[in-house]
Amino acid sequence: MIKTDIIIIGAGPVGLFTVFEAGLLKLRCHLIDSLPIPGGQCAEIYPKKPIYDIPGYPSILAGDLVDNLMTQIKPFKPSFTLGETATNIERNDEGKFIVTTKQGTKHEAPVVAIAGGLGVFIPRKPPIFNIKEFENKGVAYIVKDPEIYRNKNIVISGGGDSALDWALFFANNFSRKVTLIHRSQSFRAHLDSVQQAMNMAEKGKINLILDAEVIGLDGNNKLEKINVKNKSQEEIAIDADYWLPLFGLTPKLGPIANWGLEIEKNAIVVNNATDYSTNIDGVYAIGDVNTYPGKLKLILCGFHEATIMVQAAFKKIHPNKNNVLKYTTVSGVNGFD
Amino acid sequence: MIKSFSMENNFVKITVTDRLGKEHNLDAPTDMNMNLMELCKSYELPVEGTCGGMAMCASCQVYIESNHVSLKRSEDEQAMLDEAWNVQENSRLGCQIKLTPQINGLKVKLAPEIAADEDW
Repeated sequence: MIKTDIIIIGAGPVGLFTVFEAGLLKLRCHLIDSLPIPGGQCAEIYPKKPIYDIPGYPSILAGDLVDNLMTQIKPFKPSFTLGETATNIERNDEGKFIVTTKQGTKHEAPVVAIAGGLGVFIPRKPPIFNIKEFENKGVAYIVKDPEIYRNKNIVISGGGDSALDWALFFANNFSRKVTLIHRSQSFRAHLDSVQQAMNMAEKGKINLILDAEVIGLDGNNKLEKINVKNKSQEEIAIDADYWLPLFGLTPKLGPIANWGLEIEKNAIVVNNATDYSTNIDGVYAIGDVNTYPGKLKLILCGFHEATIMVQAAFKKIHPNKNNVLKYTTVSGVNGFD
Repeated sequence: MIKSFSMENNFVKITVTDRLGKEHNLDAPTDMNMNLMELCKSYELPVEGTCGGMAMCASCQVYIESNHVSLKRSEDEQAMLDEAWNVQENSRLGCQIKLTPQINGLKVKLAPEIAADEDW
């Protein structure tokens, strides 16, 4: 059981900055995120895009903002559960929250701050009528354990980094045959990976099929063949033990939608007049995941919400302790040992 | 001669057909640096626009049903559409269509929603 003062669900910019503001009040934080890296949308969707409305930064790349936040919160020694989705919340006999992830990791704290942004990032699913039939029987949307693909016929679809990186990984390491199918001639992935894939294709280590897409799946209780259609509308069948359609991730609100929180338009309703508290005492929602009259989904607004929220969290955690707002210019940043 | 300022001069008409086939006639301001995805969201039509307008998610895909907008796609837009589904010859990303006087009378239809693997 991981014990802390505030469980923060979501390690995007707002979740990360919460650690700083909480740390100034001597509150410790633990962050949970479904992505394997901190940064949320900034890391997953647009790390190389500039942001122009972070006060004090005329322009900053989203990835750099995340790096800076990680540096800023380092003195407060946050801990992380990454690559795991928070699926369940309950209260124990002491009135503390227990948040459990899908993988079973348990966390305990008197306060929960949901900074879940747009929600859980989950794989996009190709619209193939019988795809469900083959899920976990040859079709996988993410690579969990690469070892199961050893010496198998693998087909990968997609033109982004994930598709290219895994195609290269399998071709370089242990697959008998890797086929990469992409709907166009050009790729969105890094040039370097594209070049490597082209070289591997020339050497016959990757079977590269361009201007084509998978349109059907066949097999008897497990995937055996995939049907591919090219631009000339010709259809071919390819033997496949596994098909990995890697078309990126899309966010969905996810399990928190079933936690008994008041939800409106896919966001958690909070009291913005006070402290961004939800209808569950001790649970707060900040950043893009919340809604209230006049809400703006901006990182800078999330930073404000986090700052207000931790003051309320402090009073909840230490009801008998007095506190006064301090300025970092005066008191500095006193991290945890 | 001083021209009198009229707000009406800064609007164009756009028709959006939603996924249930219902037509919505929208007044689109041309002086707010907005795009079609943002316009749809401002009218609370079911357009996600997850990436905020960076041509990086295809959740604002539309089909152009009139001759008002060039079907020429930007490089980023093309790359994104290459990885999207239900893409047709007349597909564009709403976030890449600027609201300008030239698109007055534009008709578009929303593409189907993106399906996702909801096994958390």
